[in-house]
Amino acid sequence: MESIKETLTGPIFKNNPIGLQILGICSALAVTSSMKVTLVMCVALTVVTAFSGMFISSIRNHIPGSIRIIVQMVVIASLVIVVDQFLKAYAFTISKQLSVFVGLIITNCIVMGRAEAFAMKNPPLASFMDGIGNGLGYSVVLIAVAFFREVFGSGKLMGYEVLPLATDGGWYIPNGLLLLPPSAFFLIGGFIWVLRSVRSEQVEAPEFKIAKHTAVGEGV
Amino acid sequence: MSSNDSIGKTLVVAFALCIVCSVVVSAAAVLLKPVQEVNKTLDRKRNILAAAGMLVEGKSVDEQFADVQTRVVDLQTGKFADNAVDPDKYVQRKAAKDPDLSEALTAKEDLAKISRRERYSLVYLVQDAAGGIDKIILPIRGYGLWSTMYGFIALEPDANTIAGLGFYEHGETPGLGGEIDNPRWKAFWPGKEVYRDGDVQIGLIKGSVDPLAAGAAWEVDGLAGATLTSRGVTNLVHFWLGEDGFEPFLNNLRVGEA
Repeated sequence: MESIKETLTGPIFKNNPIGLQILGICSALAVTSSMKVTLVMCVALTVVTAFSGMFISSIRNHIPGSIRIIVQMVVIASLVIVVDQFLKAYAFTISKQLSVFVGLIITNCIVMGRAEAFAMKNPPLASFMDGIGNGLGYSVVLIAVAFFREVFGSGKLMGYEVLPLATDGGWYIPNGLLLLPPSAFFLIGGFIWVLRSVRSEQVEAPEFKIAKHTAVGEGV
Repeated sequence: MSSNDSIGKTLVVAFALCIVCSVVVSAAAVLLKPVQEVNKTLDRKRNILAAAGMLVEGKSVDEQFADVQTRVVDLQTGKFADNAVDPDKYVQRKAAKDPDLSEALTAKEDLAKISRRERYSLVYLVQDAAGGIDKIILPIRGYGLWSTMYGFIALEPDANTIAGLGFYEHGETPGLGGEIDNPRWKAFWPGKEVYRDGDVQIGLIKGSVDPLAAGAAWEVDGLAGATLTSRGVTNLVHFWLGEDGFEPFLNNLRVGEA
C-alpha cells in the first residue's frame, strides 16, 4: 500500500515530469494562457496517462518486443481520440480552444515515457496510479504557469476580472509577453529553479566544466 | 517470454489490438456524434448573433435565433438562390475551396487576399415582428497580419448603416491585432455608414476618429500597434461589401428585387 501511495504522490514534486524529467514541455507552452483551458488539458492528460498505463500494463506480458512502441502508440492514440470526442460533445468551446493540442496528447512525452518506463514493468493498478500521479505532477506545473499567465497577461482568472485593465477603464496594463507561448519558458524555468533550490538532490551533476578564459598574454 | 517474439504471436497481438481499439474509437465517435452536431450548430448560431451584437448571455441561443432566417445568395447575380443550394446543408468554407463552386480572384480583385471566392454565400436575415427585415447579417473574411479572420457584419435594413461587426476566428497577435475582439473597439462600428456616392467608403483610420470631421460617418478608429490587421479589416470590408462581394445583392435588396 505504501508503495502505491508513493507512486501516486512521488511525481508531484519529488519526481515531477516537467520539473525533473523535463517531459511534456510543448503543451505546457501552448495551452497555459488561460486557466480554464489548462484545467481541461490537465484532466485530459491525466485520464489518458492513467488509462493507457493500466491497459498497457495489463497486456504487458503479451506485447512482442519488436512492436511494443507501436502497441503503446495504438492504445494511447485510441484513448486520446475517445477523450477528444468526449470533449467535443460535452465541452465544445474549450475543445475548440484546445484544438490540436488534445490530439497532440498522443505525442506528449509524458504519456509515452510512463508507458515505456513504468507500465511495461509494473502491474495495472500501480501503473494506473503512476499515470494519475504523473498527470497531477504535470497539472501542478501547468496550473502554476497558467495562474501567472492569465492573471498578469490578461488581468483575469478563470475568465473573471481580477486586475481591472487600463483598456477597460481600470489601472492595470497587462504584460503582453505573458500571452505568448515563450513566456511559459521563463515561468517553467523559474518553477524548476525553485523546485531544485528546495530539493537540492534534484540538481544534476554538470556534464562538463566550462574552461577558464585564457588570460591576456597567454594566448600569444 | 521468448514466445512473445514469434512472428505468429506478433501478428495475433497486432491484429487483436487493432480490432479492439478500432471498435472502441468508432463506438465513441458514433455514440457521441448527435451531441457534437448539436454543439456545432449552436456554436455557429452563437457566432452569428455575437458578431451582429445581438447575443444576450443567459438566454437560449436557439430562442434568440428563432427570428433569423438563413438564405443563400448567388454573389454574381445578387439574387437569392435557395433553389440551387440548400441553406441548411451548404458548407461555405468548403465551397470556397471547391473549384466547382468557387472561382479564382485576380490580384486586383482580391482585396481581402482570400484567393478564391465561392459562388454562393449564406446570408442571415433577422426579421422584425411585422415580418420585414430588421437586420442583414453577412459572413465576411479576409487576411490580416498572420491569419484569415472570419466574421460577420450586420447591416440595418437600409443596407448601408452598420449594426455590428465581429470576428469569431482569427490568429492575430493577442493584445494588438487581437483587439478586434475587444467590445470597446467593436462598439465603434454600429451607426457607421458603408457607402458614399455608391462606393464603399467605410474604413479604419490611424488614431481616433474626430466625430466632427466631415467623413466621420465612414471612419472607425484603427487599432493601435496593429497597422496590418487594421488594413486587413478595411480591405475585407471593402471586398465583401464591394461589387465582387455583396453589393449586387444589397442593391437588389434595397429595391426589393433580390
